[in-house]
Amino acid sequence: MQDKQEKLAQWQQKLEQGKARFPERKAEFESSSGIPLQTVYTPLDLSQTDEFALPGEFPYTRGVQRNMYRGRLWTMRQYAGFASAQESNERYKYLLSQGQTGLSVAFDLPTQIGLDSDHSLSEGEVGKVGVAIDSLADMEILFSDIPLDKVSTSMTINAPAIVLLAMYLVVAEKQGVEWNKLKGTIQNDILKEYVARGTYIFPPEPSLKIITDIFAFCAENVPNWNTISISGYHIREAGATAVQEVAFTLANAICYVETAMAAGQKVDDFAPRLSFFFNAHSNLFEEVAKFRAARKLWAEIMRDRFGAKAEKSLLLRFHTQTAGCTLTAQQPDNNVVRVALQALAAVLGGTQSLHTNSRDEALALPSEDSVRIALRTQQIIAHETGVADVVDPLGGSYYIEDLTNQIEEKVKDMLTKIDDMGGAVAAINAGYIQRQIQDSAYNYQLGVERKEQIIVGVNQFTVEDETQPDLLRVDPAVGVEQNQRLAALKSQRNQDAVNSGLAAIRTAAEKGDNIFPLVLDSVRAYASLGEICGVLREVYGEYQGKDLV
Amino acid sequence: MAPIRVLMAKPGLDGHDRGAKVVSRALRDAGMEVIYTGLRQSPEQIVLAAIQEDVDIIGLSCLSGAHNSLFPKVVDGLKAKGAGEIVVFGGGVIPEADIPGLLASGIAAVFTPGTSLEEIVSWVRKRVKNHHE
Repeated sequence: MQDKQEKLAQWQQKLEQGKARFPERKAEFESSSGIPLQTVYTPLDLSQTDEFALPGEFPYTRGVQRNMYRGRLWTMRQYAGFASAQESNERYKYLLSQGQTGLSVAFDLPTQIGLDSDHSLSEGEVGKVGVAIDSLADMEILFSDIPLDKVSTSMTINAPAIVLLAMYLVVAEKQGVEWNKLKGTIQNDILKEYVARGTYIFPPEPSLKIITDIFAFCAENVPNWNTISISGYHIREAGATAVQEVAFTLANAICYVETAMAAGQKVDDFAPRLSFFFNAHSNLFEEVAKFRAARKLWAEIMRDRFGAKAEKSLLLRFHTQTAGCTLTAQQPDNNVVRVALQALAAVLGGTQSLHTNSRDEALALPSEDSVRIALRTQQIIAHETGVADVVDPLGGSYYIEDLTNQIEEKVKDMLTKIDDMGGAVAAINAGYIQRQIQDSAYNYQLGVERKEQIIVGVNQFTVEDETQPDLLRVDPAVGVEQNQRLAALKSQRNQDAVNSGLAAIRTAAEKGDNIFPLVLDSVRAYASLGEICGVLREVYGEYQGKDLV
Repeated sequence: MAPIRVLMAKPGLDGHDRGAKVVSRALRDAGMEVIYTGLRQSPEQIVLAAIQEDVDIIGLSCLSGAHNSLFPKVVDGLKAKGAGEIVVFGGGVIPEADIPGLLASGIAAVFTPGTSLEEIVSWVRKRVKNHHE
């Protein structure tokens, strides 16, 4: 040890002498989260690391399974959906035919906010960022000819998640698929909507109540469904650093666990179905270390804080998407390279599923050609690079291990701070998390302005004449057609069944009963999403954003 | 001289407000008074807020693809209320092909991803100054 330290000290002396003659590129080197970086890392940096940690064993830093991708590759799951249910259904079938292994449904904004397509606020938004779903009738078309016992389906839906999941369950019923055969995920993570993504409806308290209704219903009836995907992705997109992404995500996760336990649920009954969703950014090693640190932190929180006993309760299983905010509108083909490197970070970090962004997403919704290249990027990583053949291949790197520890320590400090404030909801209500994210976003942009942060093709290496690729356009007629379909549905359905179904939801919501079974009944009667959420809006009220700048 | 007053607004249902907030702070750091509406504003609400707050200029941000239907409504609404002198600019994920149409509808400028804050700040200064002359 003494020898090693002496050797390093001598080396550092020579390094400083060299730097005096040839200055380095920057005065300080640091990760994107502001962690100072040494010139080189050595075994002396491993003092905090268990050098014999193994994957599939507590605290799971190296992975949630023993053999990881040697058994099964990650699920290649491209987020897709646009225009009508019919067009999205065709895109899903295309993606499945191209070797995609799971579906990921993007809903349009009216659907995400629980409004029907014919609502005045929906104008211009129908079918734009995802598929428009107004009722079970649309959902039946969305999944037609897709056997729900054969695919796993992820749905990016939060505030009205209970309604969309109910629709999915009824479609499964109609296909003759038992609910215990269904595999998939609803995002169902409302807390991050208040701080980053913006598709909230109800205030935090009733929103958390709906989430625990879903946990309870699914634990009994849909046992293989991931009932929540606690998401750092959007927090990062809104500007957070890697450390903040993990800290705020885990703070939200802690809140969900506490809420469900306070409602009387046993931690090992619902915790195995909690899943996570992270961003894969461009700072390759920091991202890999981030995923490793997150796994360790979660395992320790679940065991030590919540007393979870079941191994599955301890596992941080996560989906990853490459970073949309790093895509440039300038020289968009360069984005293929960015996405490939970010996807590599996700795989080296042990993700369970992955979405790779398309090169044209800073310009419009992705075209079919761009989506195919994005999927091919994953397939190249999986089948040509060999990175999936050994578990946690960067484990033991002095640098990666040290960075993992540093991120872990910084996240713990932030979690303590949020606990001291009274938890995630209190921190959100105080505007603390929003402010932290905003500060990071602004500081990042100032770094870009000062060219401390180079973005190829944007603030350096630019070209004069940018050529615009062919972009996907959503036909504005989608909105009109969707409204006609909804009007036709409303004239054909049994209105008495709809009315009594909605009344039953209202009563249950007012009494604080689990609303899931009643939402299912209304969905079966073809009540619209807007009608069901409308009743809940009347009972629960609507959240007013706390928008500080 | 009184500082330039800016209303930064998010029309429609889009929740992506990173850009709107970063631009708001840059304009404020440049000495302007900035009011941010928050999410989910209808064009009518934005017009009313602009008039009530007596702003010189409105920045609209939309990343959901609804810009073609929402942005021109703000310009038309201002004119209908006799506040057509308020300048309106926009930004977000906006395909280049849509920009000429937006400009023709009365949007004074459209800033797309990659635009520097400096460019937006100096454009706003120049545009409002010209306007006052």
